Amino acid sequence: MSKIIVKDKEISVPGETLAIGMDTLPGAGTYREGERIVANRLGLVMIDGRTIKLIPLSGRYIPKTGDTIICKVIDVGFNGWRLDTNSAYSAMMSLKDATSEFIARGANLTQYYDLGDYIVCKIVNVTSQKLIDVSMKGPGLRKLKGGRVIEVDPNKVPRIIGKQGSMVIMIKDATKCSITVGQNGLIWIDGEPMNELLAIQTIRKIEKESHLSGLTDKIKEFLEKKK
Amino acid sequence: MTYKQRIDGRGFDEPRKIEAKVGVIQRADGSAMFRIGNTWAYAAVYGPRNLHPKFLQDPQKGILRCNYNMMPFSSSGERVRPGGSRRSKEISLVTAKALLPVLNLDEYPNSVVDVFIELPQTEAGSRCAGICAASMALADAGLEMKDLVCAVSVGRVADKLLVDLDYSEESYPDVPVADIPIAIMPNSGKITLLQMDGEVKKEELMKVLEMGKKALMDIYEVQKKALKEKYHGVEV
Repeated sequence: MSKIIVKDKEISVPGETLAIGMDTLPGAGTYREGERIVANRLGLVMIDGRTIKLIPLSGRYIPKTGDTIICKVIDVGFNGWRLDTNSAYSAMMSLKDATSEFIARGANLTQYYDLGDYIVCKIVNVTSQKLIDVSMKGPGLRKLKGGRVIEVDPNKVPRIIGKQGSMVIMIKDATKCSITVGQNGLIWIDGEPMNELLAIQTIRKIEKESHLSGLTDKIKEFLEKKK
Repeated sequence: MTYKQRIDGRGFDEPRKIEAKVGVIQRADGSAMFRIGNTWAYAAVYGPRNLHPKFLQDPQKGILRCNYNMMPFSSSGERVRPGGSRRSKEISLVTAKALLPVLNLDEYPNSVVDVFIELPQTEAGSRCAGICAASMALADAGLEMKDLVCAVSVGRVADKLLVDLDYSEESYPDVPVADIPIAIMPNSGKITLLQMDGEVKKEELMKVLEMGKKALMDIYEVQKKALKEKYHGVEV
């Protein structure tokens, strides 16, 4: 019978033994060394039946297929655009994924997306060499006009969005801003200048207090007080 | 001549006072402070990020770059000239080599992880303090690591073997002195750094490495505690 050494929802550091015995299975962020299951990174322990996995708490954004991200155009080439993804790798968007409009051969591509523009796009493929293909075809994928873009810790994005988007909807309602949250930790906010600032303030507060329980109520209170 | 009692009154296998803190630099992806006695090391990790110039890129895995830097008036002696020196280049290299065995950068081809180690104040054992700080900062940066790395210097003054030499012992006049920085992976006990300055017999070396293990375990506990403290109370 195997023995689980750590408790559920405990913080674990690299190299720490999480469990001993062959009955338990190593999940994400862990590895097996002989009888032991060892932590492979800093993270929060999640015990799910027989498997132990670690949830990352820090680190840069790692591009994943299917993520909706906010990118900045950093280069315009012959057949597409190169985008900064706020990770170690830049993404490529080819002409045919860029828009449903017809683009004539040899057209000036900057009239669609120019250098420095921010766009919302979806990752369609990530190769082993981390070449990223993104597409603009899908609901809600567009060029961002006006507003401002802020950067947050990508690990806290789920908290900012909330369950079924509850948190971000609450901020939207309170500040009357339109907000788009990218999985890569970039957030676009557009509205009245003072409201934009309030939205940013709220997001920073969520980022700082993301680990506290009852966060939704706290943020609700905060927004009501600021009104 | 014998060395009967340590100058600061410590036991022969006792390290100086150890302190550690994680998350000290906000702009960095991971950061940590490690202090042993009067030696302070700050480490900041940036990345994985895009690597330029391109010829340095490795398509198989990410690379690790370390940068060890002593601040101009950090040591008790002369002013250290700012910028790189032969010494700092060597220490940067051995630091990277001490950390690489635990780090897995296979997931980040063509990219780089930068580690900057700054020492505002030093009094011997600075490369060890730097390695300890850097290993915590790398863990804080969320990188895949199979273990932490702990480092301490051991050595000999006259006929006595001792752990964690301070400056007065390292430069003890008129007796043979050996200074041996070691770094280990605490869970497997494997050594990732072993250097030596001075002379020591083979038996003495084996004995002093054993003595260092205890101090290294103390350091490991401090590192672990500091990392857990930063994320204390976190829920997902």
